[in-house]
Amino acid sequence: MPIISIRDLVVEYDGRRVLDGLNLDIEPGETMVLLGGSGSGKSTLLRQIIGLERPKSGRVIVKGVDITRCSPGELKKVRHSIGVAFQSAALFNSLSVKDNVALPLREHTRLAPSIIDLMVWMKLAVVGLADFGKLLPQELSGGMKKRGAVARALALDPEILVLDEPSAGLDPIVAAELDELILLLNHAFGMTVIVVTHEMPSAFRIADRIAMLRRGTFISVGTKDEIRASQDPRVRNFLDRVPEDIASATAVAAHFEKYLHSQETRQ
Amino acid sequence: MANIFEDVGTRTINELDYVGSLNIQLWSTLRAMKKALPFIGNRYRWEATVRQILQIGYDALPMVSLMAICTGFILALQGASELRRFGALHYVIDLVAVGFTRELGPLLTAIAVSGRSGSAFAAEIGTMKVTEELDSLRVMALEPIEFVLAPKFLAALISIPCLTIISTFFGIVAGGLFMFFSTRLAPLLYLRYVMESIALRDVITGLIKSVAFATIIAHVGCLEGFRVRGGPDSVGRSTTSAVVKSTFLVIVADAIFTAIFYFTVRP
Repeated sequence: MPIISIRDLVVEYDGRRVLDGLNLDIEPGETMVLLGGSGSGKSTLLRQIIGLERPKSGRVIVKGVDITRCSPGELKKVRHSIGVAFQSAALFNSLSVKDNVALPLREHTRLAPSIIDLMVWMKLAVVGLADFGKLLPQELSGGMKKRGAVARALALDPEILVLDEPSAGLDPIVAAELDELILLLNHAFGMTVIVVTHEMPSAFRIADRIAMLRRGTFISVGTKDEIRASQDPRVRNFLDRVPEDIASATAVAAHFEKYLHSQETRQ
Repeated sequence: MANIFEDVGTRTINELDYVGSLNIQLWSTLRAMKKALPFIGNRYRWEATVRQILQIGYDALPMVSLMAICTGFILALQGASELRRFGALHYVIDLVAVGFTRELGPLLTAIAVSGRSGSAFAAEIGTMKVTEELDSLRVMALEPIEFVLAPKFLAALISIPCLTIISTFFGIVAGGLFMFFSTRLAPLLYLRYVMESIALRDVITGLIKSVAFATIIAHVGCLEGFRVRGGPDSVGRSTTSAVVKSTFLVIVADAIFTAIFYFTVRP
């Protein structure tokens, strides 16, 4: 039975369809990479999976609970089993890294402060930040911030770990270190990991399966070998880095004609 | 013509939406407030409340005191220049004492706090929104209303009435200094006249106003922060908007309260 099940998911912003009838099952313990270009809808899908937004229609079922229709209490319960590291890390700037990681433990458990300190140290050690707990987030480098965010996401030992663009803006070495960390978490703790990214080397290193998004729909879902072997021209264009026809003379002319037509209609 | 109606309709809907949002936020905060109380609430919320009390109250003390001294002095000077012509210089004492207790103490404090803390609330929450910190609170199953707003609201409810009392005290002291230097009126005698001119109802109406102003400042500041959309520029706009709207609403509320007290609380 899948741990996350997405059924006929439709999301619209101001009448503009961003996700168009998505269906996806994510199995427990697998690493699913949501791959796609900018504006393909992958971050929107991620926000639906973690229950930050409600869809226009469709369902997102996490551990058997439909989080698009459940009560706030049920949603809170589901969220205890999901750890999220945002693209911007989103560490609280007023708290030290240690306190950021300790926050969910202090809020949701009745553990003694000494136990919380020990657990925080362990989580920071897993991400390689054991010596940096006392620093404030603004004193950390980009890669360290992202690792801090992962440590906070791990605080409650979630079954599902969600990472939004973990390697965006990082140099290749730090990005590779994060990839190894994701693999370690998946293998050592059996976590289900969902990663949103547009970095192909990272996606092919960590993924069990890849779901490829384009303009709000999945164009391909499969193992990394299946994706690599895909002959779908949209998949191939993305993998082979073929630019879309946005700045050619014909494309500009088409946009200009469309603009003139809209002006005439207004008059 | 249709455009005018459309414009008026849109603005009306927007204003109603704003008032509705303020009301919903107020009731949600009142429900979450018990978590911010000492002894029965969450220890970390109370600690946050104490930090806010220091920021809203203690840090504003020099500014509010100086504003009250200057205004008390101005009021005494302006009053004296007119009352002296009628040989009624001693009425300056009533003017300053009653004026500050009922009106200027709460109003001056509210305007000072709105500029200092109302804008800070909007900037802090707006920045948290832009950097996804509010989202990360939600995914950790923590409610931003309880975590961010309740401590600020409780701190404002405690700090602003205290600042009002201090501001009233310094305004009256400024009146006493004026009377001492202009008529050699002994400070103890001035104090006796002050005590004779103000009644308990003046103190209570002043404090009721200060509680209402605290509610307006905290909620308008926080709502402006929560309504931030987009990037850092919108944080700047929300900060300005928080000061303008809260100052405007404080003055409107003052007029309403003064009218209510004038017609209902008879000497």
